[in-house]
Amino acid sequence: MKMTKIVRTTADLFFPFCLVFGLYVVVHGHLTPGGGFQGGAVMATGTALLLVARAYDDVTGRIRKGAMKACEAAGLLIFLCAGFSGLFAGRPFMANWLAPAGQWFRTFVAHGPNPGDLNTAGLLPLLNFGVGIEVLGGLTVILLYMLSGIKEEKK
Amino acid sequence: MMDTFVMRHLPALLIAVPLFAAFLMPIVGNAGRVARNAWVLLGALATSAVGLALAWKVLATGTVLYVFGAAAAHLPLPMDSGGIPIRIVFQVDALSALMVVIASLSSLGITIYSLAAESRQSGLETFYAMLFLLVAGVLGMVSTGDLFNFFVFLEISSLAGAALVAYRVDNGVAVEAGLKYALLSTLGALAVLTAIGILVGQYDALNLATLASRLQFTTLDKIALVLLAVPLAMKCGAVPMHFWTPDAYTTAPSSVTAFLVVSSQASLYGLFRILFTLYGHLLQFSWATFGWFLIVVGVLSMFVGVTMAIPQKDVKRLMAYHAVSQTGYMLLGVGVGLAVLGNADALATYGRTAMAGGLFHIINHAMYKGLLFLTAGAVFYRAGTRNLNKLGGLGHDMPWTMVFFMIGALAIAGVPPFNGFASKLLIYESVFRFSPFLSIVAMIVSILTLASFVKVFHSMFLGPRRAEFAAVREVPAPMLAGMALLAVFVVAAGLAPRPFVDHLIQPAVDALVDRAGYIAAILGGS
Repeated sequence: MKMTKIVRTTADLFFPFCLVFGLYVVVHGHLTPGGGFQGGAVMATGTALLLVARAYDDVTGRIRKGAMKACEAAGLLIFLCAGFSGLFAGRPFMANWLAPAGQWFRTFVAHGPNPGDLNTAGLLPLLNFGVGIEVLGGLTVILLYMLSGIKEEKK
Repeated sequence: MMDTFVMRHLPALLIAVPLFAAFLMPIVGNAGRVARNAWVLLGALATSAVGLALAWKVLATGTVLYVFGAAAAHLPLPMDSGGIPIRIVFQVDALSALMVVIASLSSLGITIYSLAAESRQSGLETFYAMLFLLVAGVLGMVSTGDLFNFFVFLEISSLAGAALVAYRVDNGVAVEAGLKYALLSTLGALAVLTAIGILVGQYDALNLATLASRLQFTTLDKIALVLLAVPLAMKCGAVPMHFWTPDAYTTAPSSVTAFLVVSSQASLYGLFRILFTLYGHLLQFSWATFGWFLIVVGVLSMFVGVTMAIPQKDVKRLMAYHAVSQTGYMLLGVGVGLAVLGNADALATYGRTAMAGGLFHIINHAMYKGLLFLTAGAVFYRAGTRNLNKLGGLGHDMPWTMVFFMIGALAIAGVPPFNGFASKLLIYESVFRFSPFLSIVAMIVSILTLASFVKVFHSMFLGPRRAEFAAVREVPAPMLAGMALLAVFVVAAGLAPRPFVDHLIQPAVDALVDRAGYIAAILGGS
C-alpha cells in the first residue's frame, strides 16, 4: 500500500528542515546541549522519515549508499586530521591549539548568558563537524540496510 | 634519534596510525585491488613499526607518558587542576610494552597472511578497516592509563572483533557466533562500565594511577573489583566462561582468529592491571585468596580446555579449546605470583619466576597459537574443509604448511627447543616450589596437548595422497610469509629465551609488581 499523497508531501517538506535542524545542533555543539553525534543523528532521521513515507527504491535514488559511506569516512578523517593538527602546531595529539592562538575560533566561550558566538572554542567546532558528518553517513547507511525490506505490497 | 618528532608522539601514533589506515580504507578501496593491498600493507608495517619503536623506547628509557590534548605531552598534571590528571593519559610501562610488542608482531603477520588468504572474498575494504580497528582497540587497551578509556578501547576491539567473526556469513553459522561474541562482550563491557561508575562516584577520578592512590577498599570497591575481574576473565576465555571461544575462534577467518587470541590477551592484561596496579596492596589481607582465584581458574581452564579439545573433529575448534587451555598457564603463573606477593622471600625465590613464566607464555602463546591458526587456515584455504576425518595426506603437497604446523604444535606442547618449552619450564619449576600438585597438573596437560596435536598432525598431513585433494598445492607466498614471521619468533625465542626474558619479560614483571612506581609516574614521588 502506498502512503497517501499528504504523508509523502509532508515528508518531502520536512526533510530539508530535518537536515537544517541537525546542522544547527552540530554547529552549535560547543555552545548548546547536543553536538556532533546528536546533530548527525537528527540529520539521519530525515532519511528515516523518507524511508517510512516512500518506497525504498524511491529513496535510494536520492540518497546513495556510496555517498553516505564516503561521508562516514570523510567525517572520521576530519576528526583524525584535527587531532593530528595538534602535532604540527608543536603540541600533543588532539591539543586545542586553535583556541588562544589560531586565526579562527580563537576566543573562549564566554561565561554566563551570551549571544552564542559561534567563532569560539578552537578545535571543538571542527571535531563536532567531523563527528556530525560521520554519524550522518554511518546512521544513514545503517538505516538503509535495516529498512531495505520495505517494499510496496503487490495488489 | 630519541627526540625526533615521531619518537615524541609515538603513543598517539600507536592509535592514530591504524585508525587512519582504517578510515581511509573505504576510499582507497575504490581505487582497485593493488592500491588497496598496498595501503593495507603500508598501514600494517607503519603500525608495527610504531609499536616496536614505542616498546623499544619504553624498555630503554622507562615509562612513557602521553597526555592527549595538553600543553605538553609528558606533564599529566596541569597547573590549575589541583593535582588531578584531568586528561586522557597513555601510560606505557614495561608490561604495556610487552603487550604492544605482541600485538605489533602478530598484527603484521596476520595482515600479510590475509592479503592472500582473503583475496577470494568480497567486501574486503570493510574487512581490513575492521581489522585495523581491532588492532587499534587492542593497542589502546594495553597502553592507556585511564579506566574509562580502557572501556572505550575494550568496546572498539569487541565490536570490531564481533564484526570480523561474522565476516564469512557461512550460512548464518558465523553470524550466530559473531552475535554471541557481541552479546557477551557487551554484557561484560556493561559490567566494566558499572564498576567504573562505582569507582568514579566514590573517588572522582578515572585515571588508573589516581584511582589506585585513592582506593579505600570499601564494600563498593569490592563489588567493583568483581565487576571488573569477571568480565575480563570471560573475555580472555577462562573456564567456566570460555563458552564463546570455540564458536568465535572457529568461524572467524583464520587470520582474524590469530588476532582474536591477542585481543583476549589484552583482556588478560586488563585483569592483571586491575588486580596488581589498581587494587594491589589493598588486597594484602587476601593476596592468597585472589592468587588462588587466578590459580583455580587457570587450572580449570588448562584441564577443561585440553580435555574438551581431544574429542573435537573440527581442527579450528580443537585449537580454540587449546587456546583456553594455554590461557590457564598464564593465569597459573601470574596467580602464583599474586598469591605470594606479600611474602618477600617466596616472591624472590619463585614468585617472580612464576610471573615471568606466565607473562612469557603470553607472548609465546600469541605467536605459536597464531601460527597454528594460520596453518589451519592454510589447510582450509586449499582443502576446503576443517573436518579432521576428511583431511589427510596433505603433507605431500603442502610441505611448508606442514613444517610450520609442526613448529607450532611442538611449541604448544612444550617440546624443546621451541618457545613453549621455555615459558612452560619457568612455570613448572616455580610452581613446583609453590605446590607440586599444580605443577604436575600443568605437565599432564602438556602431555595431553602433545597427544592431541600428534593426532591432528597425523590426520591432516600424513597418509597417502587422496584423490579428492588432487588439486591441492602449497598456499600463496604472502600466506607463507605471514606464517614464517610468527614461526621465526617461535624458534628464536625457543633457541635463545634468555635475551627475551631478561630484556622484555623481567621488566614487565617488575612493572606489574611495582604499584608505587606506576602511581608515582603520574602523581610524582608519592
